[in-house]
Amino acid sequence: MNSITNFLSHFFVTGDPMIYGADVSIVLVTLAIFFVLTYFKKWKWLWQEWLTTTDHKKIGIMYIIAALLMFFRGGVDALMMRTQLALPGMTFLNSDHYNQVFTTHGTIMIIFAAMPFIFGLMNIAVPLQIGARDVAFPFLNAVSFWLFFAGAMLFNLSFVIGGSPDAGWSAYAPYAGTELNPGVGENYYLLAVQISGIGSLATGINFLVTILKMRAPGMTLFKMPMFSWSILITSVIMIFAFPAFTVALALMTVDRIFGGHFFTIASGGSPMLWANLFWFWGHPEVYIVLLPVFGIFSEVIATFAHKTLFGYAIMVWSMVAISLLSFITWLHHFFTMGNTAPVNAFFSISTMLIAIPTGVKIFNWLFTLNKGRIHFTTPMLWALAFIPNFTIGGVTGVMLAMAPADYQYHNSAFLVAHFHSTLIAGTVFGIFCGLHYWWPKMFGYLLDEKRGKWAFWVFMISFNICFMPMYFLGLMGQTRRMYTYPAGLGWGPVNFVITIGAFGMGVGFVIMAYNIIWSALHGKRDTTGDPWDGRTLEWSIPSPAAEYNFATIPTVSTRDAFEAMKEDKRAGKEKAPAAYKPIHMPNNSAIPVVMSAFMFIAGFGFVFWWFWMAIPGVIGVIGCMIARSFVYNDAHLIPVEEIERTERAAGRLS
Amino acid sequence: MQENENQPIRQEHAGFPWKQVIGLLLSLALTFLALWIAVGLSLPVNVTIAIIVALAIFQAFIQLFMFMHVTEGTEPVHQLISILFGIYVAFAVVAGTIWILYAQMG
Ligand code: HEM
Ligand SMILES: [Cu+2]
Repeated sequence: MNSITNFLSHFFVTGDPMIYGADVSIVLVTLAIFFVLTYFKKWKWLWQEWLTTTDHKKIGIMYIIAALLMFFRGGVDALMMRTQLALPGMTFLNSDHYNQVFTTHGTIMIIFAAMPFIFGLMNIAVPLQIGARDVAFPFLNAVSFWLFFAGAMLFNLSFVIGGSPDAGWSAYAPYAGTELNPGVGENYYLLAVQISGIGSLATGINFLVTILKMRAPGMTLFKMPMFSWSILITSVIMIFAFPAFTVALALMTVDRIFGGHFFTIASGGSPMLWANLFWFWGHPEVYIVLLPVFGIFSEVIATFAHKTLFGYAIMVWSMVAISLLSFITWLHHFFTMGNTAPVNAFFSISTMLIAIPTGVKIFNWLFTLNKGRIHFTTPMLWALAFIPNFTIGGVTGVMLAMAPADYQYHNSAFLVAHFHSTLIAGTVFGIFCGLHYWWPKMFGYLLDEKRGKWAFWVFMISFNICFMPMYFLGLMGQTRRMYTYPAGLGWGPVNFVITIGAFGMGVGFVIMAYNIIWSALHGKRDTTGDPWDGRTLEWSIPSPAAEYNFATIPTVSTRDAFEAMKEDKRAGKEKAPAAYKPIHMPNNSAIPVVMSAFMFIAGFGFVFWWFWMAIPGVIGVIGCMIARSFVYNDAHLIPVEEIERTERAAGRLS
Repeated sequence: MQENENQPIRQEHAGFPWKQVIGLLLSLALTFLALWIAVGLSLPVNVTIAIIVALAIFQAFIQLFMFMHVTEGTEPVHQLISILFGIYVAFAVVAGTIWILYAQMG
């Protein structure tokens, strides 16, 4: 009996009223979901339409829903930290708890919110932009999503079962090793991030092949929309950066779970090797979450300035340059670890070089706006706000790139302000921009403009209230990752203002969530499929797109293919539509979701050193792979009558 | 056939997949050989590392030829670019890591 209570009190996180609150709300929400699904008899619908789907548009929507939830979780973490820092000497979180919260905040925001959100948008838009019926490997796409989901659930569980990781999102050795960190928290980090990382790697391969192989006839690479270009380059970066992280995580897993010594000084390991491998992935990772939003801004700015993108080829070559340079700058994250001067000098210069192609892109957007007929819609507001706000992040980045100066800035609030200027004004603004832009294509109605603009202004202004002052506190010496700063330092009032800004961003997010619900009920229908006067192929088909996307695959002859079609139509040179043919589409499959359930079981087992649980989980995963290799009938044909029916219902066929 | 039209899996098999089976066995053999050299023998560290690296490069070629079909495909330029990019990244991580970790101050 004693041993059971002992086990339970370690298994469940105890002692904090907030955690009990979380326990209760998790149980209640789960029960509520079960009740609603059962009461409305929706289980079968959920399983057939969503959980087993291989349709890229539905997978994209699931990515976005999950990423929004993770944004909420990461945002609550941020607000908890800022509440603790609102006044000197607050006792809202103790130091241990603060460490756990900034670790989960950082990891969730990057791995489980920003990246999946981008995967969601690219799943929705890329096949439609290039005139394809699906991605190259629809089954693998579903596997990627479910692996991400299993990883995210595993990571979030740490909060209530076993305890959260607390070594930062960068999990530096030796603090993340078993000696200094004996609990299960870091195991959660390793396993959860590893599982979702496998999915990300597969996504990279999938989109690379999709874009290279499945473009509509006539669409050469240099006629492709800029967002698809950005995803092509991002995929390449993912394919080459993730393996380094996979290996690093695996080595640390060997250290922690099986008593290895890769990153401990004992037996000749090297803690610095972890930092080295982590950032070899970590720096390209920031471009994985940035280049796609560069693509989104390029689409949105061109659309709402009603002009073609300025300097298309230069935009592409800058991204190629960024992809090459992003692999040789990683040391700037640890200039202060005692490197020799030549090493620091090399990485200083390579880092500053990367600012050049980025600056070139900024000027291209400005020239696109120049003399355009600008239409201030919500997505356009996010795009316009991105330019100055992100530039501040870029300029402070160049400041950080100067190795000698970095000895002053390193690990200070200045750094925190810098990376939030790039991650929020870049990635988050871009994600919200893309969400508003493609929403009608996903659901067939628009998000409300008035409420959307409110959310934008509140979020954008609060972002500046929150992060601008942080630069100055950092220069005055406010170190990051600290749970309190004594009143005598005099930073109290500024920190209070920062906290107000943080809550303002929370309010902005809530307005956006409210707008989503409001628009679902009252939003304007998109009957034309082209609500923004778009330029690219995704706007040429009805909203929401049919299962098969394109009833007939379009032929492309220029950039901005849809704009050209509309001009032809105005000139009366419209081509007669080709006759329908039966369309071959992939079948649903239960294997991805079942396989990642086994992955979750295996991961959970490894986290607790429970091999009796981990090994069956791994066997289950392998079993799913074997089962899949015997599936020969993985597709169905959509007959012409059904295509005609669907197109007629969408008003495309009289 | 146009590639952006979805296509069924081709079901006919061209005989027994000898290439893959040999590749698998060779990969397994090379992996265990490396393990044995590191754990079972007590050669000087530098020699061990040199042998392991040589085995790894050999295995990379096996992967490329037995599983990854480098010699096939319709657009050789894709293969060429990705292999060059791979060499670039591999060089960056290996040479960079050695340079950084061995040039540590005192
Ligand atoms: C409401 C918006 C946000 C606020 C108020 C906020 C606030 C914070 C705070 C207070 C910290 C910890 C500073 C410290 O004590 O060292 C932090 C760390 C961090 N944040 Fe945010 N954040 C926000 C959004 C984001 C987003 C959107 C991302 C990424 C997409 C992000 C990524 C990170 C990362 C990577 C860290 C470092 C974690 C670590 O130290 O290991 N944050 N943030
Ligand atoms: Cu970096």
